[in-house]
Amino acid sequence: MSEKIKVRTMAELAAEGKEPEILFWVGCAGSFDDRAKKITKAFAKLLNKANVDFAVLGTEESCTGDPAKRAGNEFLFQMQAATNIEVMNSYNVKKIVTTCPHCYNTFKNEYPDLGGKYEVYHHTELLQSLLQEGKLKVEGGAYKGIDITYHDPCYLGRGNGQYEAPREVLHQLEIDIKEMKHHKENSVCCGAGGAQMFKEAEPQKEEIFVFRTREALETNPKVIATACAFCNTMITDGVKFFNKEQDVKVLDIAEILEQGIKED
Amino acid sequence: MIGQILFTIILLVGAGYFISNIQKAIRNIKLGKPSHRDDHKEQRLKNMILKAFGQQKMFKRPIPALLHLVVYLGFIIINIEVIEIVIDGIFGTHRILSFMGGFYNFLIGSFEFLATLVIVSVTIFWIRRNILKLLRFQSPEMKGWPKKDANLILYFEMVLMTAFLTMNAADYKLQVLHYGHYYFKQGIVGSFPISKFLYNILPDNPESLVLIERGAWWFHIIGILVFLNYLYFSKHLHILLAFPNTYYAKLPPLAKFENLESVKKEVALMMDPNADPYAMPVEEAEEPDRFGARDVFDLEWVYLLNAYTCTECGRCTDVCPANQTGKKLSPRKIMMDVRDRLEEVGKNIDANGEFVDDGKSLLDYISKEEIWACTTCNACVEECPVENDPLDVIIAVRQYLVMEESAAPSELNMTFTNIENNGAPWQYSQMDRLNWVDED
Repeated sequence: MSEKIKVRTMAELAAEGKEPEILFWVGCAGSFDDRAKKITKAFAKLLNKANVDFAVLGTEESCTGDPAKRAGNEFLFQMQAATNIEVMNSYNVKKIVTTCPHCYNTFKNEYPDLGGKYEVYHHTELLQSLLQEGKLKVEGGAYKGIDITYHDPCYLGRGNGQYEAPREVLHQLEIDIKEMKHHKENSVCCGAGGAQMFKEAEPQKEEIFVFRTREALETNPKVIATACAFCNTMITDGVKFFNKEQDVKVLDIAEILEQGIKED
Repeated sequence: MIGQILFTIILLVGAGYFISNIQKAIRNIKLGKPSHRDDHKEQRLKNMILKAFGQQKMFKRPIPALLHLVVYLGFIIINIEVIEIVIDGIFGTHRILSFMGGFYNFLIGSFEFLATLVIVSVTIFWIRRNILKLLRFQSPEMKGWPKKDANLILYFEMVLMTAFLTMNAADYKLQVLHYGHYYFKQGIVGSFPISKFLYNILPDNPESLVLIERGAWWFHIIGILVFLNYLYFSKHLHILLAFPNTYYAKLPPLAKFENLESVKKEVALMMDPNADPYAMPVEEAEEPDRFGARDVFDLEWVYLLNAYTCTECGRCTDVCPANQTGKKLSPRKIMMDVRDRLEEVGKNIDANGEFVDDGKSLLDYISKEEIWACTTCNACVEECPVENDPLDVIIAVRQYLVMEESAAPSELNMTFTNIENNGAPWQYSQMDRLNWVDED
């Protein structure tokens, strides 16, 4: 990690009387999980390279309340939402980008009704438009011609209908996606959603991540790409379960793109 | 004349009992809480046309979709014939619509082809269920009545279609024999491309033929009335309810969960710096809403409509990641449980005039183990041909367990505490949220 990532906080900018164009909502996994932090960094570097005027909330960021809501704790969810909306509205936030499909969904679909109205982007959507606008340019890239399969996160794909943005980024890198038997609206969950990430599974034959990873491995990929830190954790566990961690990498779309960016 | 009177009575009783059962279903559905699904009328109408009329989602699985389409078209189109049967029955006429000439022949001919295709399709359905034993028809919740119900529907259809063809065959032979009022001056009325093959099997004696023709005619129309009245007790109710159900279905995005109004009020109060926490609630005349759902009364009425519409096809369970990995959760069972409990509540009301507490609830049907296994991935919702949403029920029950009973699994209670205390589901300090920038 030679290059230093330039990240400003909303508070710093506000002190200078500035407002960034877009808020990068890092999310809990992106802030604390060691694997997910790498995704956060890769995405921040891409934002730097594309000269996107962004800032983060840093220590003012908190959980969106998604896991609480899915687990039935509507009260805690709405409390979290109220606090977050107060913070974001005080900074006059207009646009949000996040690497987490769960944060994305709550901002996009559930916060407006509670007073938080923002333009919300998943990082793959922003990356797709940065590529389109030519603010990011790709060259060959480390993954050109490599067999990659893409796992649709439920809350991005089936939940919000966004199947194309992540695939389009991979196409830009001249990657042929080897689709799994179940993909897009028929994709199979990684097993983390609905607050399952934070609890033990009920009695079962096997873990959902094993079930899903088996299908991913059937495409004989070198890389399993995804666009959610939780999916990444689950499928990484799945790859380990099959003792394939030497042969198969599990990477986020941002990490794959970051390896294929043309340096100016 | 006696026949006409008898027919009219049977028709009225059949229709009357059917209407009273439908009214019962509507009464039961209205036991639910309000649903706010009156928006986006155009989109909803389109959804209904595509998914109920057009059966769009069935075609995710082409083989059953094709077979189902045949039975569906057969059902709708052959029922045009029922119009004639009813008129003939009431007024004592015979093939009253035959004045349409060539078009009439075309209709009767097409009905025969369709009836045959229906028999073939229904037989294949029966084989899939009972001989090939497709996995999704073998789940624990399909034991007993649901399995019988499914087969009964298939037998009904086979018998009805056979009666229709037999009736035509006997009629045709009587026409050829120029017997009584079966004889038409203009020649053979109707076209019998399939039933004519039964010509040689049938007796040559006209009296026996009349007996067979009348027998099949009565059997066909009484069979239809019995089937109509069977709907309310069967998963076959979907042939009617699929229409309102797809109209009132959840619109995308699927991942959007509504925010509970009752909680909004409480949170607003808590966030209001001017609110006096010790003040007595001023005009809280009515009892506050229960958070989430303990029983069918706590579910929105659309969820109850969902339960009545469920065809028990099991596509939801087939794609459920929890079910596929051997967990107890089956979205189909959730829908069936809601219907069973709702029926139980309905019978309670029938017996007592109003609901009398029976010491039971939906939670006697659905276990916590099932409720907590859901990943909220929406695969079941995406898959359902009639656009049911088992997730709505699961989340409503979770809300009850968490907010009314504090009965979440202990790891989830830890998660809640973490979110409350340090703004993350894990035990990390909020102060460390920016550490990633400088870490290697």
